[in-house]
Amino acid sequence: MSSEPALALRVEQVGKRYRLGTGVHHNLLAERLGAGLRGWRRRHGEDAQDFWPLRDVDFEVRRGEALGLIGRNGAGKSTLLKLISRITRPTTGRIESWGRIATLLEVGTGFHPELTGRENVYLNGAILGMRRREIDMRFDAIADFAGIDQFLDTPVKRYSSGMFVRLGFAVAAHLETDILLVDEVLAVGDSEFQRKCLGKMQDVAQEGRTVVFVSHNMHAVQRLCTRVLLIDGGVIDDGAPDDVVAKYLDEVDPSQTGAMARIAPDAERQGSGEARLTSVGMSTVSDEPTTSLYLGQPFVVTMTYDVRAQIAEAAWEVGLCTADGERIVTAQSIDYSAPTLPLATGSHRVDVEIRTFLLPGDYRLEIQLHDAAKEATIDCVQRALRFHVLNAAEHGDDRYPWQSVRGYVRPESTWTLGAEMETKA
Amino acid sequence: MSADVQRTVTEPAQRWELPPLRQLWDYRDLVYLLARRDVAVRYKQTVIGALWAVVQPVSLAIVFSVFLGFIAKLPAPEGVPYAVFALAGMTMWLLFSGSLMRTADSTLSSVALISKVYFPRVIIPLSAVLAPVVDFAVAFVVLLIALAIYGVELQVNLLLTPVMLLLALVVALGAGLWLSALAVRYRDVQQLVPFTIQVLLFATPVLYPLSQVPDHVQWVYALNPLVGVMEGFRWATLPGADAPGWMLVIPAVTGTLMLVSGLLYFQRAEQDFADVI
Repeated sequence: MSSEPALALRVEQVGKRYRLGTGVHHNLLAERLGAGLRGWRRRHGEDAQDFWPLRDVDFEVRRGEALGLIGRNGAGKSTLLKLISRITRPTTGRIESWGRIATLLEVGTGFHPELTGRENVYLNGAILGMRRREIDMRFDAIADFAGIDQFLDTPVKRYSSGMFVRLGFAVAAHLETDILLVDEVLAVGDSEFQRKCLGKMQDVAQEGRTVVFVSHNMHAVQRLCTRVLLIDGGVIDDGAPDDVVAKYLDEVDPSQTGAMARIAPDAERQGSGEARLTSVGMSTVSDEPTTSLYLGQPFVVTMTYDVRAQIAEAAWEVGLCTADGERIVTAQSIDYSAPTLPLATGSHRVDVEIRTFLLPGDYRLEIQLHDAAKEATIDCVQRALRFHVLNAAEHGDDRYPWQSVRGYVRPESTWTLGAEMETKA
Repeated sequence: MSADVQRTVTEPAQRWELPPLRQLWDYRDLVYLLARRDVAVRYKQTVIGALWAVVQPVSLAIVFSVFLGFIAKLPAPEGVPYAVFALAGMTMWLLFSGSLMRTADSTLSSVALISKVYFPRVIIPLSAVLAPVVDFAVAFVVLLIALAIYGVELQVNLLLTPVMLLLALVVALGAGLWLSALAVRYRDVQQLVPFTIQVLLFATPVLYPLSQVPDHVQWVYALNPLVGVMEGFRWATLPGADAPGWMLVIPAVTGTLMLVSGLLYFQRAEQDFADVI
């Protein structure tokens, strides 16, 4: 064996077919008998209602890797996880795994509402593949992680949803497994708890065990994973988290190709309409198009406008918003008493260089054009361009050090520690 | 690669295979914990708790004594009051019907588990068949008390009770495996099972002695594997009952056949449970 870490998973030519209309829906015997003849014909011919959520999937995972699976809804990520975990079998191909697998598709699978927290820890642990002896050994650590000591002998139906989730994750987190499969469980629970979970999964990965993690939270994926697969019915891309995530985010919005988005005349927009944004792009200050920015990297937003009626005093506003569209900071062309600009009819291009320190995450640009004389908005496009800030500086010397991002902007700050204050007697 | 790392290969569904016995052994604690859950949950938030395991067979035995023993004047074997005869019948019957019902229903009541986590699915019916054994044990103690109260002599045959219990469980599990696997695809099973159990109550000598069945149809009648189980249990617990003899062969043979074929069928059907359920 070479010095490379051993394989944890090998997925070869795996495909999964669901037969819509046959079998699956014929759950009453009568329907089944009635469908017998049609079913026979179908099975012996190409079925128009065959549906392959996954086809020809090939990849390997080495021990100690933290693999992220990303992709749009319905891309087959969860199906892939179910195949690896053996919840369902592949239609074609084969999956080999080395070591014990634990699956966490849901927090608290098999929890019974009438049983106490303690009883459910044992039941849930056994469902996830632990022996009673192992649970005995880890029980205190589990209770401690969940932080619900005083409720251990209360039926879980009396638990708040937060307590339920904490206990469920605590059990799974303390599994002694070689491969941990996790599907979007971080979508539940408060942010404090999410951070705890991510931390625990990082520990698992650092102990040399293997983690396969499905999430829509790109941030969590980038922080946890050492490698990411972009899934869409198969493996579309396979590589470093930042690259694959950036590629995925570019693909989410079809109007956005590369670092440029065409804004159609009928795109969602507000304003009086004498001028319309037709495209918006982003690039570095050295003119390389990109929507993946390094930490603290300045960037240039390029806008083109189709102007139908002359505007005497044009003023621009570029808003940096969260992925949800909430405005964080605003750059305006007439800040610092810069003059308004007269705009003649025709096609025009405007560039703005923006220097701000955004924390790692996904963002959007909102672009507005105002008529300063009339104090009216001419054109406003709220979701003009999506971009992304990586958790790495361009030259590798700066890195956002915390596990979870608090806020969106890092201000420059200087800290001074004063002398000890006098305390009152 | 170290030799102790277990390699698992998942391939497209196979036609027939037996359950993975080694893996089942690894999961033995889960069988126990699921069965314990079923027992514990049943009497949670009830006032009299596990006393229900006593109330059910006793009250049924009283009801049948009144209506069948006293009013319809069904006979019991010599030396045994009808009430005790009915209680013995009920004790075994509730075990069988409980095990069969729970096993048949086990897969559908475990949808959340089946679609969210992998473990050998056969554990689900396996643990379901065991839960009613606890009720049986309680009811059996009540039966012994009733025997003492009525001054019925205890039999040496009593030592063979576990054999009869095992036979009943094998038959219930064999049928339950088929039904629980079929139920995932065909919900008809849910309708069929309670109805079938009612019919079986009449087709089995639970409330009347086997001697009431005309001789010339007994051989057809005894094809019902429960006839042997019930007669065997009565023979073990009550005096004056005939040794079941060849009648025990039927549940032993059909039970084993159903169990093996049930395991095979279940294992085959199990492979697409998560897609169909």
